[in-house]
Amino acid sequence: MSGKWRHYQIAFNTIFIKEIRRFARIWVQTILPPVITTALYFVIFGQLIGSQLAPIDGYRYMDYIVPGLILMSIITNSYANVVSSFYGSKFGRHVEELIISPIPYSLIVIGYVAGGVARGLIVGLMVTLVAAFFTDLHLHNLSVTLSVVLLTSILFALGGFINAIYANSFDDITIIPTFVLTPLTYLGGIFYSVAMLPEFWQKLSLANPILYMVNTFRYGLLGVSDIDLTVAYSVILAFIAALYGFSLFLLKKGIGTRS
Amino acid sequence: MSTALEIEGLRKTYGNRFEALKGIDMRVDEGDFFALLGPNGAGKSTTIGIITSLVNKTAGKVRVFDADLDSEPMRVKRYLGLVPQEFNFNQFEPVEEIVLNQGGYYGVEPKLARERCEWALKKLGLWEKRHGMARMLSGGMKRRLMIARSLVHEPRLLILDEPTAGVDIELRRSMWRFLREVNDSGTTIILTTHYLEEAEMLCRNVAIIDHGNIIENTSIKALIQKLDRETFVLDLRAPIASAPTLECGYPLRLVDPQTLEVEVHRDQGLNNVFSELGKAGLEVISMRNKANRLEELFLDLVKNGGSA
Repeated sequence: MSGKWRHYQIAFNTIFIKEIRRFARIWVQTILPPVITTALYFVIFGQLIGSQLAPIDGYRYMDYIVPGLILMSIITNSYANVVSSFYGSKFGRHVEELIISPIPYSLIVIGYVAGGVARGLIVGLMVTLVAAFFTDLHLHNLSVTLSVVLLTSILFALGGFINAIYANSFDDITIIPTFVLTPLTYLGGIFYSVAMLPEFWQKLSLANPILYMVNTFRYGLLGVSDIDLTVAYSVILAFIAALYGFSLFLLKKGIGTRS
Repeated sequence: MSTALEIEGLRKTYGNRFEALKGIDMRVDEGDFFALLGPNGAGKSTTIGIITSLVNKTAGKVRVFDADLDSEPMRVKRYLGLVPQEFNFNQFEPVEEIVLNQGGYYGVEPKLARERCEWALKKLGLWEKRHGMARMLSGGMKRRLMIARSLVHEPRLLILDEPTAGVDIELRRSMWRFLREVNDSGTTIILTTHYLEEAEMLCRNVAIIDHGNIIENTSIKALIQKLDRETFVLDLRAPIASAPTLECGYPLRLVDPQTLEVEVHRDQGLNNVFSELGKAGLEVISMRNKANRLEELFLDLVKNGGSA
């Protein structure tokens, strides 16, 4: 490996390991809460309310919502990890360590995103283990399941990065998750099939990118989806490309990181 | 001798239209220990910010060891080490991790980074604290941690922005010794400081910046020679009621019954003063400069916009 690429490999490993150490050090705040929250969803919506509802697409309500709940935890944790870590580094000014170092901006984005993906996947795995206590887990298509989990996690980690760049206070890193991410997640077909909605709301739902991810993941686990998979992958990949490009543009311009 | 840093026509106007730099030119030779002085808000930190890529410049050229900041920013970054004015490390990380991470960002092989980290932390008296969280360190230790961090990739040009601010004199002197050692090993150093005796003690060349302009750029020696008068404080063995008048005409002022102040021109000697005080029956037991020589000159320069 040439000197340049070895340098980049060491720099990436440094950022990635630093990110993992960060959320592992505070696992009571980062790993445990989403697991407990999702367990409560399983108990209340799945067991208590879900047992009173008719099956959807041939699956018990509990089984139907499991993919959405796993993906929701991946989305929120990938996003939260990057937004809080990168904003924290701006607030504590240690982002300067990275800005003055000979690391390409692309590597800074990829390093932070990889950290967000790691937390998203660890939490997703924990939630899946909790889900196994309440339901029989299905696996319809492994490659679809793994690829959509990874792509979704990347997409929302990039979203968290952009949010952190624009954030000027700790309030700013909670506004988007509270007022945009959570509503889109809940309206993205986690708890219902969009086919159950009136036609107008069905069409409106198609503008929600989370709908594509939830349905692709549901297809991977259960084999049922409201959305065509090709369309879903195209939408996810287009969003990733756009957010990655925008993140690089912001870092190069120094918006939020340089005077 | 090659050039470590060359700045031409550097300008910076912030978003609020404040013109922090008005087209400065500056040159630092390789191996130099260079002081960048100026009052608060003069443009020192903006200059350092631009060199280290933390601030976007409005116009001008910056070259570090012949690498141009615009066309080869990665090469420029590789040459530089920075000890900033404010603490800019993660206070919730262990001391050792902060230094090692910096090595990682510069692509230093982990084994080598560990060796250099151990050397720097031991040299700066932080080795025993390496596993502790950075937030638990005292202010002086945090400053030393930033110096250790800046050296892990062996920069060719080290920029120190007020590295000894708020550090007690004993510790400051030990940091001076260490920085001299670093400079002697071939690292070019640029130092900004408010302790002018620090600049006089450590640096060979100096630039003084004020209101975004370089008002002086010369050697410390040449700068000191510009000083045309000095004030000395004389401590007397016995108290006196009033200041005597000297035949040589040097003005004397009685500060308190046992302390006199005398202002002496550069071309005048002190022998006459001592001889006449002796004749008047006054015994001087000690003598010192009223203010640091460079401090007096610095104040004159800033007050008169460049002419002492």
